Amino acid sequence: MQYLLRRFGSSAVVLFGVTMITYGLVHLTPGDPARTVLAERQGQQPSEADVQAFRAEEGLDEPLPLQYLHWIGDVLQGDLGRSYYGDGAVLDLLIAYLPNTIELAGASILVAVAVAIPAGVVSAVYRGTWIDYVSQVIALLGVSMPNFWLGYLLIIGGALRLGIFPVYGAGTVAHLVLPAVTLGTGMAAVLTRLVRSSLLETLEEPYVDAARARGLPERALVVAHALRTAMLPVVTMIGLQLGYVLGGAVVVEVVFQRPGLGMLLVDAVFARDFPVIQGVTLLVGTCFVIVNLGTDLAYQRLDPRVSLAGGGT
Amino acid sequence: MSASRLRSAHRAFRQECLTHPTILALCRNPSAVAGGVVVTALAVLAIVGPFVTPYDPTTQHLENQLQAPSLAHPLGTDQLGRDVATRVVYGARLTLGIALLVTVVRLTIGVVVGLVAGYVGGWVDEALMRVVDVLLAFPGIVLALVVAGILGPSLTNLVLALAVVGWTRYARVVRSSVLEVRERPFVAASRLTGASRWRVVRRHVLPNVAGPVVVLATLDLGGVILAAAGLSFLGLGAQPPAPEWGTMLATGRHHLREASWLVNAPGLAIVFAVLGSNLLGDGLRDALDPTDRTGDARTEVARRD
Repeated sequence: MQYLLRRFGSSAVVLFGVTMITYGLVHLTPGDPARTVLAERQGQQPSEADVQAFRAEEGLDEPLPLQYLHWIGDVLQGDLGRSYYGDGAVLDLLIAYLPNTIELAGASILVAVAVAIPAGVVSAVYRGTWIDYVSQVIALLGVSMPNFWLGYLLIIGGALRLGIFPVYGAGTVAHLVLPAVTLGTGMAAVLTRLVRSSLLETLEEPYVDAARARGLPERALVVAHALRTAMLPVVTMIGLQLGYVLGGAVVVEVVFQRPGLGMLLVDAVFARDFPVIQGVTLLVGTCFVIVNLGTDLAYQRLDPRVSLAGGGT
Repeated sequence: MSASRLRSAHRAFRQECLTHPTILALCRNPSAVAGGVVVTALAVLAIVGPFVTPYDPTTQHLENQLQAPSLAHPLGTDQLGRDVATRVVYGARLTLGIALLVTVVRLTIGVVVGLVAGYVGGWVDEALMRVVDVLLAFPGIVLALVVAGILGPSLTNLVLALAVVGWTRYARVVRSSVLEVRERPFVAASRLTGASRWRVVRRHVLPNVAGPVVVLATLDLGGVILAAAGLSFLGLGAQPPAPEWGTMLATGRHHLREASWLVNAPGLAIVFAVLGSNLLGDGLRDALDPTDRTGDARTEVARRD
C-alpha cells in the first residue's frame, strides 16, 4: 500500500514537471510569437495594434508564471486552447488525430510481439546453433535500421513494385500493414534479444533445474515453467518501448502520410502553432507517465517480490 | 634516453597494453572486433574520403539528372545531377560529426549533473533527479523535435536539442557510481587524510565511472545517429544542399519510382554506421562487464528512444 502511494506520488510530481516543460518549451522561441504568427497569417508585417490585440487575446501579455497558471487551469477544465491558424480547438484536433496513432501503435506492438516471442524462444532453445545466429543478426539489423528508410523500402517493394498495398494515407487495414511493419521492426528486434536473454537466464534458475531433475522434457520446461518468469522483463520493456513507438510514429506517419499525432506535431512545429504543439506534447507526456505507472503496477502483480521489497523503483 | 631504451620501453608498453585483461577481452569478442572495424572504416572514410572523391558534393550538373549507377557514378546521380557516392562520403563527415558532438555534450552534462547530485546530495540531488524523471517522461525524439523546431531548423539547434534531452542516463549512471564509491573504505580514508572533494572525485570517483560511461556512450551513439538523421529527415537539422544522410533521404523520396538509389544509398550508410556502433557498444559492454554474460536485458533499455 505504501509502495502504491509512493508510486502514485512520484507519478504526480513527474506529471507536474511535464506540464511545466510543455508550457515552458514554446517560450524558447527566438523572437516574438505574436509577430511570427501574425506575419504568417496575414502574409505581411502585422501592425502594432494587431500585435497588441493578439497578445491580449492569447494572454501573452501577462508574466510567464501567471500565464502558466491560466493555462493549467484551462487544461484541467479540458480547454487546451485554439490553434493559431483557425483549425479549431486543440482538443478536437487531438481527438481527431489520436485514433490513427493508437491504431498504428497497437498494430506495431502486435507485429513486434508476434515476431519477437517465437524468435526469442527459438533462439534461446537452440542457443549457439546457426538458427540462433541468424535470428541474432536479423535482430541486430532491425535495431540499427532507421525506420524512415525501412518505410521507403517497403513502399518500393510492397506498394510500387508488387502493388499489393496502398502507398499513402490511412483508413483501411491494408493502409495499416506497411506502417505497422515499419514501426514494429525496431521493437521486434529489441524484444527478440530480450526474450532470448531473459529465457536463458530463467533456464538457469534452480527451480527449473529441479523440474528438469524430475524428468520433465525440455519443451514442457520452457513452455510451462520458464516462459512465465522470463516474460516479466518483457512486459516492462513493452511499456518502456511505448515511448519509442510514439517517437517512431512521428517519422512513420510522415513517411506514409498518415494523419496522426506525429504528423499533426510536425506540421505544428513548422507552422509555430504553439497551442497545438503544447497539446500534443502534453498528451504524449501524460500517456507515457500513465503507461509507466501501469507497467510498474502490472509488474508488481506478476512478481510478488516487488511488493515485499516495500520500496523499489 | 637512448634509442634502445626507448624501444624497450615501447615494447613493454605494448606488451602491457596488449595483455591488459580488458583489451584481451575486447580482441576475443567478435562483435567488438566487427564493430571496431566498421567504425574505424567509417571514421577513415569521413576524414580521408572528401580528399579522394572526384566530384563536388553540392555543385549542380542539371544535364546529369537522375542517372542510374554506372562506372562514372557508382551510386548514380541525384535530381540535381550531383554524384550520390560523393555526397554519401561527405555525409559521413557531417552525420558522424553531429552524432559524436551530441554524444560528447550529453556525456559532459550527464557526468557533471551526476557528480553534483551524487556528491552534494540532499535537496540538490532530489531536484536534479526529478528533472531527470520529467525528461524521461517524454520520448526523446518527440522532445528533441519540439525543441529543435522551436529554436528553428539548423544544425546547431539540432545538436543542442538532442543533447539537452539525452543526458539523463549518463547522470543516473554517474550518480549511482558516486553513491557507491563514496561508501568504500579507501574513499573514506582518503577524505580523513584531508583530501579535498575535487581530489576524491578525480582520484577515486572518475576512474570508477569511466568504464560504464564509455560503454553507455558507445551504446548511445547508434541511437544518436538514428535520431539526428531522423530529425534531419523531418527537415529540422542540416538543410539542403548539405549532404547529410537524413536530408538526402528526405529529398530522394520524391523520386522513389525512377531513382530508388537516392533513398537506398544514404539509408544503407545509416544502417552501416548504426550497426557498427551498436556492435562496438555490445562488445565493450561484454568485455568490461564479464559477469553480465547473457545480459542484453539491462543495457537494452539504453537503446532506442
